[in-house]
Amino acid sequence: MHGAIQYILSYLESNQTPGAAGNVFWATVYILLVFVGLSIAVIAMNWLERKILAHMQVRLGPMRVGPHGLLQPIADALKLLLKEDIIPAEADKIVFWVAPFIVVLAAFTVFVVVPFGPTHAITDMNIGVLFMLGVSSLSVLGIVTAGWASNSHYPLIGALRSSAQMVSYEVAMGLAVVSVILMTSLNETSTGTLSMIGIVQSQLAQREWFIFKFFPLGLIGFFIFAVAMVAETNRAPFDLPEAESELTAGFHTEYSGFRWSLFFLAEYSAMIAVSSIAVTLWLGGWLRPFPNALPGSTWELVFSLIPGFTFLFLAGMTFYSTARMPKHPLFRVQTIGLGGFGALLALVGLILFIPGVRVRVQDIFWFSAKVAGFMYLYIWYRGTFPRYRFDQLMKVGWKVLLPTGLALLILTALVAMRTELLADLRGAWRP
Amino acid sequence: MTDPRSISPLDLETPDQTFLDANELVINMGPQHPATHGVLRVILRLDGEKVLGLECVIGYLHRGVEKIAENRTYTMFNPYVDRMDYVAAVSNGLGYCEAVEKLLSVEAPPRAQFIRVILTELNRIASHQLWLGTHALDIGAITPLFYTFRDREEILKIFEKYCGARLTTHAFRIGGLQYEAYDGFEQDVRNFVSFVKPKIDEYEELLTTNRIWLERTKGVGVISGKDCIALGVTGPVLRASGVKWDIRKALPYANYRNFDFEIPTGENGDTYDRYLVRMVEMRQSLRIIEQAVEGIPEGPIMAKVPKVMKPPVGEVYHSIEAPKGELGYFIVSDGSTQPYRVRVRPPSFVNLQALDVMCRGQLVADVIAVIGTLDIVLGEVDR
Amino acid sequence: MNPATVPANPPVATPFFFYLLAAIMIIGGILVITRRNAVHSAMALITTLLAQAALYLMLYAPFVAGVQIILYAGGIMVLFLFVIMLISIERTQKERQFNKQWLVGIAAAAALGGLFIAVYTTRTGGRTLFPEGRLTYLEGENTQRVAALLFDRATGTYMFAFEIASLLLLVAIIGAVVMAKKRI
Repeated sequence: MHGAIQYILSYLESNQTPGAAGNVFWATVYILLVFVGLSIAVIAMNWLERKILAHMQVRLGPMRVGPHGLLQPIADALKLLLKEDIIPAEADKIVFWVAPFIVVLAAFTVFVVVPFGPTHAITDMNIGVLFMLGVSSLSVLGIVTAGWASNSHYPLIGALRSSAQMVSYEVAMGLAVVSVILMTSLNETSTGTLSMIGIVQSQLAQREWFIFKFFPLGLIGFFIFAVAMVAETNRAPFDLPEAESELTAGFHTEYSGFRWSLFFLAEYSAMIAVSSIAVTLWLGGWLRPFPNALPGSTWELVFSLIPGFTFLFLAGMTFYSTARMPKHPLFRVQTIGLGGFGALLALVGLILFIPGVRVRVQDIFWFSAKVAGFMYLYIWYRGTFPRYRFDQLMKVGWKVLLPTGLALLILTALVAMRTELLADLRGAWRP
Repeated sequence: MTDPRSISPLDLETPDQTFLDANELVINMGPQHPATHGVLRVILRLDGEKVLGLECVIGYLHRGVEKIAENRTYTMFNPYVDRMDYVAAVSNGLGYCEAVEKLLSVEAPPRAQFIRVILTELNRIASHQLWLGTHALDIGAITPLFYTFRDREEILKIFEKYCGARLTTHAFRIGGLQYEAYDGFEQDVRNFVSFVKPKIDEYEELLTTNRIWLERTKGVGVISGKDCIALGVTGPVLRASGVKWDIRKALPYANYRNFDFEIPTGENGDTYDRYLVRMVEMRQSLRIIEQAVEGIPEGPIMAKVPKVMKPPVGEVYHSIEAPKGELGYFIVSDGSTQPYRVRVRPPSFVNLQALDVMCRGQLVADVIAVIGTLDIVLGEVDR
Repeated sequence: MNPATVPANPPVATPFFFYLLAAIMIIGGILVITRRNAVHSAMALITTLLAQAALYLMLYAPFVAGVQIILYAGGIMVLFLFVIMLISIERTQKERQFNKQWLVGIAAAAALGGLFIAVYTTRTGGRTLFPEGRLTYLEGENTQRVAALLFDRATGTYMFAFEIASLLLLVAIIGAVVMAKKRI
């Protein structure tokens, strides 16, 4: 018993990820935390997307289930679970059954290496980025098989579109990623790395987020990735595989109930996953903003207080909404519920002020905040852009992003190696 | 793509024979499909995503409106026409009422004419707004739909205040109007005009220079003016192909000759030009409304028409410029209280013929864009 | 190069995972050739490839494992499925699955298997071709080692072979395009 507690506590002093420390207990805890956190994030994202999109489109969005529709995602989830699960008679049953699980597994597995903080990752893999790109590219298998197993024309076309799209955008994505990996090798001390934590640490060591590195090269790479990741996750304006007006629902047309909700879950967690890659590679991962302009322990303290204040601000907004709720007795339960939600947010905010928690959690906060920024972009795109046509999508991928990516890679390499190259050239000129 | 008659019809009977033949795919788009604007069924023959040809199957919404007319009196049939193009019910009513008036040789009094023009042009804007919203939605832009529906609501409010109905208004009667314009009608219309002008700019801001919108609409579904005429295509589609043909100018009805407005035309006959033409048409409609609302004369709103209408034996064809094109009524009277035959020339039905010509060689996504840009209403296609 | 370096975390239950993965691979491989439905075969092949990637991980070669997943499972198999999906399944069900050379095939496979076993078991001077013990590096070094073998000025002995192999692939791509397109 004592040994077990010792085993559990020993990790807290190790200052490593559970995977690196080889601590099975904490690894399990982290896996559960990531899984639960991700599920909550998807639920929250569902609600936020509907609300934000609604407000962009001069409507209110969900308002009925719970105060301001807060319980709408839960109601939806319940409805989906209770819905009849239909497998078409002509479908290939096994493949039809397996496909959503492939997609979900791929979408969730990538979070094994996502670094929420220097020690807050399930594990730190030596091939982190490669692992993320590889595993997330497996989800296309699920989509293709889902489309094929449905044995119907719309899903088949949707599957064809998505496989072509994901395969071609992966190339551009990979090139942008490689340019960042080149940048990681420019530390004074270390060689280049593919590890997600290593990439952030080399941004820390170089005192520069890679989006600003070799301006504008880093920015261009980020831009390529930002476009490719939208295409990779099949979201507007690249949502051709599930283009509602053309293919009804694309590859998941024949899916219903729980199986459909798995695709939904996978889509949102894939969005979070690719955004995490972008944040890690270009936006300094868990690092706080303005490390160079506002250095020093005072600013460290100020920035570490921001998470708590953010939650308090959200709580304040919630209390304001509670005060504005209609006073009619029918709304009493909703008012109490909203007040309770606000109290919960305030409680979280207050907990975040505790020094021990503050230091450990602020990394997670900054990481999540950056990812949330990307999520907002996703919603914004969806509210703004029409949909690309298939050939135009391919044109953008192969004729714009790919050549730009190649040029970027070569330029980054040249700029990174400029001193050595110049030295070599001088050496060549010398008689 | 020049001579529509030279295009062979689809051969859907030949089955695929060869092993590994992944070339041709026959897809039934509709009758239940989110983007066929109702219950249109399009049989597509595809090579990958390229359209080899298509065939429209219609009639899922057929109610036999023309046959019903033979069993109703002229007055009783009037509400039925609203159910054809239900997004432009006022235009349908105007065409029918004017056709019967022509048959009866009566003319609606000037006050009625002005109010008719105002309501019809309001309806044209409403119809175009609905077209814009759904067309943009088909192409993937979801936001314009909500903007246009928000603004269309104001028009429907005016209709509701005027006659109590929002969609199938039955606003006009043979010989004039049933209802006098309500108090504040002019002010409501003026308010609407000043309200909607910046809104149209807003739609254009969202789409006109949007890169993706340009790529999706330019050069898509091109049809030449000659082809349009050969196929009988009218309305904004014809005008976007460069033919300046608007019945309001060409064969003026109601009192359109008193108003100053322009007919927008396009050059390329593609989806983008049709979009631009309709956007300008909305502005021109506002111009007509502005002129009409300033000049509403006092006077009666109903001409002298007998309670029991028995038009003299004969036939009449009268057409108006509905939002979607030429809407014609051919009415044969045998001197009784009921028409002997009513034949409607619905613009959507005739325009739909052009779908095959416009879509061959394009991609699946373009079919959706072209269906949207033709602005068909299945109630009118099937009648 | 360094001899075996002790990894930071000693591996857990290695034989268990090895036999599990090997069994998955073999079952997957058998399914690939016995399934009539080509999509099922492809999915079995994907399983096999993923198990193989896991084996690479066990060999402390994470980079190779990652490349295996990206290239084979994520890239090539998607293209495979892409093609297979378009084939009429009803038709393939009726096709004969094995041709008349299956006897020759089994003989060749048996011969190859025998060769492997022979090589693995033969001892010359008390040593097999495969020395006891793992030739491992720290997990963190694998990617760098691969790079060094390819590109390092001193140790990069495989550069030429690597480039030639990629040229071969290029030839195959061009050939496929030439064969598929009627007109170029």
